[in-house]
Amino acid sequence: MSVLSSRRGFLKGAAASAAAVLVIGVAPSGSMAAANAADTTMLNPFVKIAADGTVTAIVKHFEKGQGPATGLTTLIAEELGVSMDAIEYEFAPSNPKLYNNTAFGPIQGTGGSTAMFNSFKQYRQAGAAARDVLLQAASLAWDVPAAQLKLEDGVISGGGNKAPIGEFVAAASKLTAPENPRLKDPSEFKLIGNASVRRKDTPPKINGTAKYAMDIQLDNQMVVTIKRATRKGATVTSFDDSAAKDVKGFIRAATLPNKAGVAVYAENTWASLQAREALEVTWDNSTAESRSSEDVYKELMAALNTAPEYNLTKNDQAEIADAIENADKVVEETFYFPLLAHAPMEPLTCTIEATEDGGVILHDGCQMPTSPHAAIAQILQVPMDKVQVNTMFAGGSFGRRATPTVDYQVEAALSFVMTDRRRPVKLVWSREDDITGGYYRPAFAHKVRVGLDADGNIAGWDHRVAGQSISKGTPFEAFSVHDGVDHLSVEGVTPTQYSIPGMFAGLTDIKPATTVLWWRSVGHTHTAYVMEAMMDAVATAAGRDPVEFRLAHLAGDTPDQKRLTGVLKLAAEKSNWGKGAEGRSQGVAVHKSFGSYVAEVVEISGDAENGVKIEKVTCAVDCGIPVNPDVIKAQMEGGIGYGLGHAMRDEITLENGEVIQQNFPDYEPLRIGDIGEIETHIVLSTQAPTGVGEPGTPPSAPALANAIAAKGPRVTELPMTKAGVTFA
Amino acid sequence: MAISLKLNGQTHKVDAEPGTPLLWVIRDELKLTGTKFGCGVASCGACTVHLDGEPVRSCQTFIEDVEDSEITTIEGLKSTPAQAVQQAWTELDVVQCGYCQSGQIMSAVGLLSENAKPTLEEIDDYMDGNACRCATYQRIRSAIVRASEIMEA
Repeated sequence: MSVLSSRRGFLKGAAASAAAVLVIGVAPSGSMAAANAADTTMLNPFVKIAADGTVTAIVKHFEKGQGPATGLTTLIAEELGVSMDAIEYEFAPSNPKLYNNTAFGPIQGTGGSTAMFNSFKQYRQAGAAARDVLLQAASLAWDVPAAQLKLEDGVISGGGNKAPIGEFVAAASKLTAPENPRLKDPSEFKLIGNASVRRKDTPPKINGTAKYAMDIQLDNQMVVTIKRATRKGATVTSFDDSAAKDVKGFIRAATLPNKAGVAVYAENTWASLQAREALEVTWDNSTAESRSSEDVYKELMAALNTAPEYNLTKNDQAEIADAIENADKVVEETFYFPLLAHAPMEPLTCTIEATEDGGVILHDGCQMPTSPHAAIAQILQVPMDKVQVNTMFAGGSFGRRATPTVDYQVEAALSFVMTDRRRPVKLVWSREDDITGGYYRPAFAHKVRVGLDADGNIAGWDHRVAGQSISKGTPFEAFSVHDGVDHLSVEGVTPTQYSIPGMFAGLTDIKPATTVLWWRSVGHTHTAYVMEAMMDAVATAAGRDPVEFRLAHLAGDTPDQKRLTGVLKLAAEKSNWGKGAEGRSQGVAVHKSFGSYVAEVVEISGDAENGVKIEKVTCAVDCGIPVNPDVIKAQMEGGIGYGLGHAMRDEITLENGEVIQQNFPDYEPLRIGDIGEIETHIVLSTQAPTGVGEPGTPPSAPALANAIAAKGPRVTELPMTKAGVTFA
Repeated sequence: MAISLKLNGQTHKVDAEPGTPLLWVIRDELKLTGTKFGCGVASCGACTVHLDGEPVRSCQTFIEDVEDSEITTIEGLKSTPAQAVQQAWTELDVVQCGYCQSGQIMSAVGLLSENAKPTLEEIDDYMDGNACRCATYQRIRSAIVRASEIMEA
């Protein structure tokens, strides 16, 4: 997996720094490194040091709040030997040769909770390589063997000498770094695992100076909003902008080349929004989607009751059905999960401006630079090496900013290509555009039938899944579809980490009713709910404790089962499992996703009929070596809130092809009073780090459902409010 | 129409049509982008600013109604509660994506300016209109408690 081995010696010559970077066409863009190039030196693609000793980490993952600006910087600082206060960071330019996600292959991008997982070794090596050339330079200057020198807190000392690293940067840049610099033993870590390390992005985010793509204000820019069809697949026939012309600041309207909408150009955002409101568009609905959510629901339920299209477990379903039929007890549940919008706090936006050399810059909270880079080059007919991507802070994503179709950047490029390119074009989505704009977590349904023998052991497990594939028909198909099965539809059921004797699982795809997309934790959003609600229902039917029952099915020797056991026991212990306060109910869930193991216990007061209040969530996570413990805790808190809020009350519904929900009043976000307290415990581990952005989400909703079921109904259709649960 | 705005202690002359939300004048005309656009319907609080010290949603505050008021944005925060809130936000690393945090901070400062020692329930009530999609709520709550302690010290 190490990218360094495939780019052997990448550090050699990288000392030529900014020059080397420019040769391959990735001039740092916008206000970033270019301005400082004169007095800073790239010691390698990830480490830049100024003559005054200021270190800058080049962060290849975008920051949407999940913490790479802190995490990757920590890795460099740790191995280089500087304090967190002495290191800054910049987002990398678009260059997949240097900044690819090694878990994705030749693509630069963020997703799948891979940022720390794929960077851990790479960034430590980069920090260590920079340290080594600095020590070599000092060794030559002082004529002291490098082995007698040390670099601590930005100062090199040894042999009676002492000087800050800035003094050696110029000389170090001419030296060749070792291919495999020595990495610290974990026992030597000062910053990795240190809970007192603070986020690097806090200061600008509390005083209004942090710049998101929405904050781009270029001289002479135009703002574009797009009037889109309310039904997927409709196209523009014509438009009338006579009323729009009365809006001060309106410039013009133009049908997008793909006829998917009308771009409304204006001098500012408000004028564009007003003019769009005044625009009359006639749509060709002949090829538009016309189904309603009820139709999709019926289609899903019908699919569950016919032979599955794909046999995931490659075994004899009839034999397992027989075993269940002949069992002592049968537990059967049917589950439904609605479409969900991501609704990141910052609505989608990006800006394209022309450069003097005939190129363009994309200013974007850019999750997958490689994709819009290529799409923009193609649409604008600009050479690849003249497209720059200025990655800015992103106001959340939850998956939304990474679409296989590069949807919003393509809209910006299509809006830009219809101009003379003299004025920058800033595309802005409103919240209504976001909520109604498609790319939802697909609707899924599961039907599970479990047989229990007389001793309360599982005798057979028949599990049907039906839903819309996220990957089929997209460029990502090759990565996640095998033998017709989109792994993203079933991950978490196949494979499950539980030892379940006699398990059959089948999948049926249903045809698209809207565009769908990964949504924080992807398939695990529904598979974990079903597995964990079923384990609870089955444990209850068997008269066994839900934690004990799970542990009994995780009793094997595999690392997965051991680590799941570890977090489950920890969460049970810390939550006082089984000894909840008077009037309270507890529910538990445990799940592996994105390489990490998370158990959660939700404790509620009240009940479904009279109002449930989430009093406390106790979380235990094993994500390998915890690089930034406080960031990990924050991601668990956020992942839990995201999972619970949507399970409580959110869904996107279609009526005759149109999305009903429009904005936060009818797609209600989790609010501050919804959850009492979240307490996170991190398992100490020496395993390589794995993700934390998503794994906190999957266990949250089923743990809540299990807590509600302790004194009330087992909720099998989401959102819970629609299923009759009230919340205090 | 020509409008004179008193914002962050300075007077600005702007040209805007009646009915224009204060949010867009602050962001697109005055280029002060710390105040965020989140929903446009006063449902998320990302656009919160102070009007004569009181938090309001600038996306539903119209330009013709604010000429006589002192407007404060995140860039102009200076008060004792503001300093305490920003210190507490730093100590607890409240932010994740950060996009809602200007609005959260403006509301928190509003709360502590009128109630220096709010209970947890009062915090939840007052902050209910500020959405955070990253769900940093627990830290927001703790940071307001901490800011209250800082103010008391």
